Amino acid sequence: MNKIVRNFILIAATIAFIIWGQNNLEPYTLRIVNNIGIFLILALSYNLINGVTGQFSLEPNGFVAIGAYFTALMLIPNETKLDMFALTDPAPIVMQMQASFLPAILIGGLAAAFIAFLLSFPVFRVRGDYLAIVTLGFGFIIRIFAINNPEYTNGALGLNDIPQTANLYWIGGIALITFISMIHIIYSKYGRAMKSVRDDEDAATAMGINTFKIKTMAFMTSAFFEGVGGGLLASYLSTITPDQFSFLLTFQLLIIIVLGGLGSMTGTLVATILVMGGMEWLRFLDDEITLFGHDFGAHPGLRMVVFSILLIVMMLFAREGLFGNKELPDILKKFKKSKS
Amino acid sequence: MDLQIFIQQLINGASLGSMYALIAIGYTMVYGVLRLINFAHGDIMMVGAFLTYFAHQLWGMPFELAVVIGILGAMLVGILTDKIAYKPLRDAPKISLLITAIGISFFLENLFTVLFGSTPKAFKAPEYLTKIFQINDIYLPISVIIIPVVTVLILVAVLWILFKTKQGIAIRALAFDINTVKLMGINADKIIMIVFAIGSALAAIGGVFYAVSYPSIDPLMGIIVGLKAFAAAVLGGIGSVTGAVIGGFILGFTEILVVALFPELGGYKDAFAFFFLILVLLFKPTGIMGQDLERGRF
Amino acid sequence: MSGFLVVEHVTMDFGGVRAIDDLSFEVQKGEIYGLIGPNGAGKTTIFNIITGNLKPTKGRIILEGEDITGIKPNKVVYKGVARTFQNIRLFKSMTVLDNILIGFDAKAKYSYFEAILRLPRYFKYEKIIKEKAYKLMEIFGLTQFADSLATELSYGNQRKVEIARALATGPKLLLLDEPAAGMNPKETAELSEIIHKIKRDFDLTILLIEHDMKFVNAMCDRVTVLDYGEKIFEGKPADAIVDERVVAAYLGDFSNA
Repeated sequence: MNKIVRNFILIAATIAFIIWGQNNLEPYTLRIVNNIGIFLILALSYNLINGVTGQFSLEPNGFVAIGAYFTALMLIPNETKLDMFALTDPAPIVMQMQASFLPAILIGGLAAAFIAFLLSFPVFRVRGDYLAIVTLGFGFIIRIFAINNPEYTNGALGLNDIPQTANLYWIGGIALITFISMIHIIYSKYGRAMKSVRDDEDAATAMGINTFKIKTMAFMTSAFFEGVGGGLLASYLSTITPDQFSFLLTFQLLIIIVLGGLGSMTGTLVATILVMGGMEWLRFLDDEITLFGHDFGAHPGLRMVVFSILLIVMMLFAREGLFGNKELPDILKKFKKSKS
Repeated sequence: MDLQIFIQQLINGASLGSMYALIAIGYTMVYGVLRLINFAHGDIMMVGAFLTYFAHQLWGMPFELAVVIGILGAMLVGILTDKIAYKPLRDAPKISLLITAIGISFFLENLFTVLFGSTPKAFKAPEYLTKIFQINDIYLPISVIIIPVVTVLILVAVLWILFKTKQGIAIRALAFDINTVKLMGINADKIIMIVFAIGSALAAIGGVFYAVSYPSIDPLMGIIVGLKAFAAAVLGGIGSVTGAVIGGFILGFTEILVVALFPELGGYKDAFAFFFLILVLLFKPTGIMGQDLERGRF
Repeated sequence: MSGFLVVEHVTMDFGGVRAIDDLSFEVQKGEIYGLIGPNGAGKTTIFNIITGNLKPTKGRIILEGEDITGIKPNKVVYKGVARTFQNIRLFKSMTVLDNILIGFDAKAKYSYFEAILRLPRYFKYEKIIKEKAYKLMEIFGLTQFADSLATELSYGNQRKVEIARALATGPKLLLLDEPAAGMNPKETAELSEIIHKIKRDFDLTILLIEHDMKFVNAMCDRVTVLDYGEKIFEGKPADAIVDERVVAAYLGDFSNA
């Protein structure tokens, strides 16, 4: 009984915050909250394949790009497309892609999930750690494809004038839905199967689990939500270019899920806020630095040097991150039990 | 396409393939002994190129000496990477190692961006490498001949080390069964260090070759080349040095010849490696040389 | 051959090494059958062949008249074969309850979407399998550990969890790989009792690998003794101990029999 009431209160509070925030926050703060919201969607889904199922993957930037492009093409009005496509005329199918907001977002997610399905066959059928390399390469391939097919993507120019329907209602709402979905998956037989694949794939197989199927399910689910996040991103930013979806995005998500704890959704929640905050706060490292009266000049890249050192240090000394692979309520429960 | 051009492109392909081969060897050897995809390996290539550039063009050293510095520096980075980041995680879950490798990779890329800036730098090589010579209608820089020749010599040297020296035999044994090897009193960590040293040295040489051939270098140059070299290693059969070389050359030839024959596919050049990778995983995961490293696990 | 489980002329080659050489034996329904022999004799290998982890070079495995040779390990579970491992392989990040639930999960017939949307079937089946899991834990005396991490338990209890987990899949044939390994006499006696009990209550046929001859004597109706992949004896444990080939293989080390 307690749990249901607690969940209800948390959800209600979140919705209240979303409504309040959209209407009351200053633009700068609202922008940060929206960014956190989008990153939360991406990080939570990334944690499913990486943390819960234990399959090291570098997929997010690729699937985010797919979702972003599909959604953008669906949302941009056709007349705008004709003007915008500067390198060549848009392909006929591009002109057919029109949808309202929610279907556009969902289609972005489904497109990503479908590609994930295709990738599953070469990757999960074989032993070995090929998922990481394939997904890393996949991110680059998406970029190559986007640049070389201007009739679909407007090439390196990218797409702009994407209707900015995405606001905190949408982003916050979908983030909430993503979080709840992940929790529901984890606390179900499918979540158990995913964790068993992570813990001991051979024992999982001996228990009747089709590990290929489970890995594919997790991968497709992650892809779907990452695609949805990409669609939201496209609508929020109103402009997307192929270079936006670089490995840097995946790297940031990786830091988030490691910091929060691989496999912990509540951990990801906390870590997203910390890392996004940290990224903002450390932005000064990429600008002109004056220390003790000396002008050290500007060294772009210093911020990410710090973050990569942070990641390495975490892996060496604090691999579990904040919450390990547990959710906060379970940790609190154990803590209370040990004190009594 | 007439014969002259075909031969010219063949030679170009051999040169490009050599670079992939040199870098692929490092990937395959580390994967062989540690079952780890060392994501930072491609960046070691970049480190080798940059240290050479730094020593030669910013410090004023003679080119040959600069190359040696580049190679030694890269070896140092490779060995340190293992000592500081990978060794402590020998018994950790595999995913921790992979994440750390990505961290090192990203660290090196950004470190060198901070040190040298992200704009590409012109790499000046001595004339005896860049001079263009002519046979009939074929114009080629001398480097394009030198690179494959040197690479083959290096490959012979590496194979000699692996099959004729005590350390080399230990390396191959480690790749087969690391636990038994440790039980036999062999210092696995030292052997692994040698593997990183050799792999890094080769990557650095590959980096210098790359810089001579495409005379601009930037901190992110190792990423794509590294990815492709790994794909080449998988194509050739991960864990096999000969396979890495075969895979490297196949990839090099494919990239050059396909684009020469079908110029409209030029923009997709970098994607060929990815497609090779997918094809291999779909149809023959053990690659061309076919070593199944996972056998005997029960 | 008409046994419940028939191992028929199985040979297993790994490259140049012959791990199992023309091995045949039959286990009757309801038997507790032992596979014993020195280390490296091929006992775990034959387990891996029965469970489909390995495909035999020659020969067949027949369960209740059905040829199950080479059926993949996750599918052979549905034919009624379950196993434990020599070095206990529990799911370390999960609780005892969750470990056992995994065994029952095949019976939880709700889809992925029903799980995400928390539709009624999710609640219905989760309740059903949770009840089954608690009942099983009671039999093994593990109820108080339900919410503990599997790794927090004593070795003996962990072994019990592993057996319970295998049992949860509802097998007809249970393969136990050195279940008594690493246990003290008290734990071994307890284990012995539990195995007999579950055999009766769940109508099982049990094939077990063991070194501890006292345990084998107490547990097994019949045994096959392997040495270098070959069968050198089949029959009652008491007869095995005095058979000269068996004694030679073990170098007479039956001090604990």
